[in-house]
Amino acid sequence: MQASDPAALDGKLPAPESHVQVLVVGAGPAGLTAATELARNGVSVMLIDENPLDPHLVGLDVPLFFGGRAGSAVQNQARMVEQIVASDPAYEAAFEAGVDVGLGVTCWGVYLPGPASRALPGPVAALTDGARSWTVGFDRLLIAAGARDFVAFFDGADQPGVMGAQAFAALTDRYDAFDGRRLLVYGSGELGVRTAQRALDLGLEVAALVDVTDEPRAAPASINALRAKGVAIRTGVTVTAAARGALGVTSATLADRNGVTETFACDTICLALGRIPSIELFDSAGIEIVLEAGLGGYVPRSADGISTSSPLVFGLGDCIGVSEDLPSRADIEDEARRAAAIVMASLDGSPAVIGARTVPAQDQLAYRRHVIERMLESGGHEVLACQCEDVTRGDLAGIRPPRYLGCPASTGNRRDLKSHAAEGPLNHDQMKRLTRVSMGACQGRRCREQVALLMAIYGGMPSAAVPLAGYRPPVRPLPLSVLATMAETRAMADEWPVWFGIPTQWIPYGAIGTPEEDAMLATHMHL
Amino acid sequence: MNLPVTNNGEGIRGATVIVVGAGVTGLSTAWWLARSGVDVLVIDKGIVGWEASGRNGGGCSHYNSALFHEEQRLWPMMDDLLGYPTEYRRERIIFATNERHLELYRSMGATVGSLGYDWEKLDADEVRRRVPLAGDTALGGIHLKVGGHANPQRTVQAYAWALQDLGGRILQHTAVSSVVMKSGWAVGVETSAGFIGCDHLVLAAGPQIGRLAATAGLFLPVQSARAEMIVTEPLELMPIGGVDGNGLYGRQTLRGNLAYGGGPHEWITLPADGEALSRPVTTVAASLARRLAELFPKAAHARVIRSWAGIIENTPDGRPIIDRPAQTGNISVCTMSSVGFGLSPATGHALRDLVLDGACSFADISKYSLSRFDGLAAGWAEEKGWKAPQYA
Repeated sequence: MQASDPAALDGKLPAPESHVQVLVVGAGPAGLTAATELARNGVSVMLIDENPLDPHLVGLDVPLFFGGRAGSAVQNQARMVEQIVASDPAYEAAFEAGVDVGLGVTCWGVYLPGPASRALPGPVAALTDGARSWTVGFDRLLIAAGARDFVAFFDGADQPGVMGAQAFAALTDRYDAFDGRRLLVYGSGELGVRTAQRALDLGLEVAALVDVTDEPRAAPASINALRAKGVAIRTGVTVTAAARGALGVTSATLADRNGVTETFACDTICLALGRIPSIELFDSAGIEIVLEAGLGGYVPRSADGISTSSPLVFGLGDCIGVSEDLPSRADIEDEARRAAAIVMASLDGSPAVIGARTVPAQDQLAYRRHVIERMLESGGHEVLACQCEDVTRGDLAGIRPPRYLGCPASTGNRRDLKSHAAEGPLNHDQMKRLTRVSMGACQGRRCREQVALLMAIYGGMPSAAVPLAGYRPPVRPLPLSVLATMAETRAMADEWPVWFGIPTQWIPYGAIGTPEEDAMLATHMHL
Repeated sequence: MNLPVTNNGEGIRGATVIVVGAGVTGLSTAWWLARSGVDVLVIDKGIVGWEASGRNGGGCSHYNSALFHEEQRLWPMMDDLLGYPTEYRRERIIFATNERHLELYRSMGATVGSLGYDWEKLDADEVRRRVPLAGDTALGGIHLKVGGHANPQRTVQAYAWALQDLGGRILQHTAVSSVVMKSGWAVGVETSAGFIGCDHLVLAAGPQIGRLAATAGLFLPVQSARAEMIVTEPLELMPIGGVDGNGLYGRQTLRGNLAYGGGPHEWITLPADGEALSRPVTTVAASLARRLAELFPKAAHARVIRSWAGIIENTPDGRPIIDRPAQTGNISVCTMSSVGFGLSPATGHALRDLVLDGACSFADISKYSLSRFDGLAAGWAEEKGWKAPQYA
């Protein structure tokens, strides 16, 4: 008879509160269409979306770079639910098809049984509605979590009014709660053009559309259309500074390669420099991630653009790869139906290749690196690389210990990223530990990509040389009190070791092998 | 991932002493050896301090260890000795929210007192006075005027840089597959970068140590498990950050984050290539959050921003093996059996002594010898129930 270890995890994790055939995370157009399609085919589907967001998260720039431009309307959660449902008729279709829709419900972790994780009671997703936390079991998981913004900081970027284009789209399209009036859009690709056009449609002013490239990146016709509406177009320039005012940004200063500057009055600088697939659930669940410059960065490895390295987990839409050419609503819905077909085939036990992925022939990383390199030329080393932890570019380049240690910047290290790269591989997670860059409450959402590029540039390495800084659950910052509501088994409560619960481990050295040891072991006074 | 990873190891053929494993134990050992003028090379399959050495509670208060006095002597000096900050802070408060823990903590205090260090019993009010985040749940605790905590992430890099400053070398991203023996003597190691020769070998390879020792003909019983921790957003600093209890271990970092672990572990089977998935893979984080909110009711609002996991090995009795077995002569072995970070300054000193002098100069460590496991059955871990669970 073999013993069991009472301090081990086996049998201590609770069964999920409920079980669905397919859990869909993200109720944008892609997730809504796929969930509806699955439900119409008789599949039990739960569709959750974290919107309306906890207002505190909006303030932390999680999950998007809202940049302090969310209006006070986001504080009213009930009204926001109505607003979101009204924003897209696809919600009505999902309800009618029998999809179990949960708004304001966040998936903060996905846990898959595997060789290193056998104690789980099957695949589970950990959810929260902001008040409590629970798990749902699933047969298949379809993640449609969207994309966030590529962010590049400049002097004054750490104040209200500097935000991302994806956040602007969320605040205008979903929430109707954008709190700015006059924008400067940074980035002249389709994303920038769409952002400027949307702003004009809403009756906002657009002072300028600017880019580091020598020519606008979007088609001349759409650039000309903006110009015709009075939008200044500037190329070959970087945003070098945002002037500070009581309510945030009051103007943006541009500089060209010769240092000639120009200033535009505006209350919002909207970064439309690129979109980043929101892969945090994939990565934190241990799904294989690869770097694909044509798909916007780190994305799940996928042959068909839907399947992942886990047979239980699928991705759909921007979270599994973005193009600089923005897809139409019809494209998104077609792709969602393809995803639903692939998930259904998988549920039937006959995984199928249905359709194919097209990887755009764009090097999105090259453009982003160009942006950062140009901004390094025009901006100083005192510009922040990480706002949460107050780490400047110079701190990062010099691998300096954080300021709370009180070490003068000049001491404590004879090394920098250049010498570090010569000694061994560059690693973003290692720089997090040493400088605290990307370690703050926004969980690296604002700085992750620019820091990785800064590391590559300072280290004199290709952009691909810096591996992804890992995501870990909870993928949204959640209060202890909310996580604490998760159901717990009696076994967990009864047998909770501090550390392994090996009685002999904590016997004082002098007592080892003496009668005193036997007495101590008999009292069960161990950790 | 297809990354242009380099180990920058071209041209390295050998060293007087090779240390396998760039965790705290291996790095500290190499640093101690380099301080004695020894030509030392550390080899690791990943990057320095990457695994459990950089992911732990940071505690430096191991009253049960033979190395305790040396641990306490060295920590206050480490920043100066290394030349880089470790974030070490002295003292520790441990308090309970239930009677069973209170009794346990009081007996810990008595043990520390019997070793000649100061400690105080705290009642509930005194706990609340000294620990601003404590609340109505506090029953009482102890205040150790010894021990403390440091930042594991910064400390491992400090060892690595200090070692390099003394001329020691570190070869990263280079996996050691076996010890190469000749006439019962270790002559080097086979690695992913080829054979590298040495006069003396130190195995400090964490979970990999059993497998590597076996290639030298040594039976070194360890079993690996995963443990998880959580960390919150920064909060206002408490006067003493080394506070834990309620079944948790951990600390408030100097940045203000609460970083805490505890609870059940999962025994795992290491994959053949040695790379176990060291990320949080269960919902234990929620149970940690529950206990942390109980411990610190005034921090219940604090947001958890990360969780993380480490893979740690344990010996059958949970005690270290620090030894230079007679059987192989020029191989020194060390596993700290899941409690390695805080003791690392002293462990490195002990191993330096074993390598250079054949015996530890400052403490009796005979009870940490490998020979205590002579005759242990190969299936010992299964017999103890230390095995990966079946799939549910």
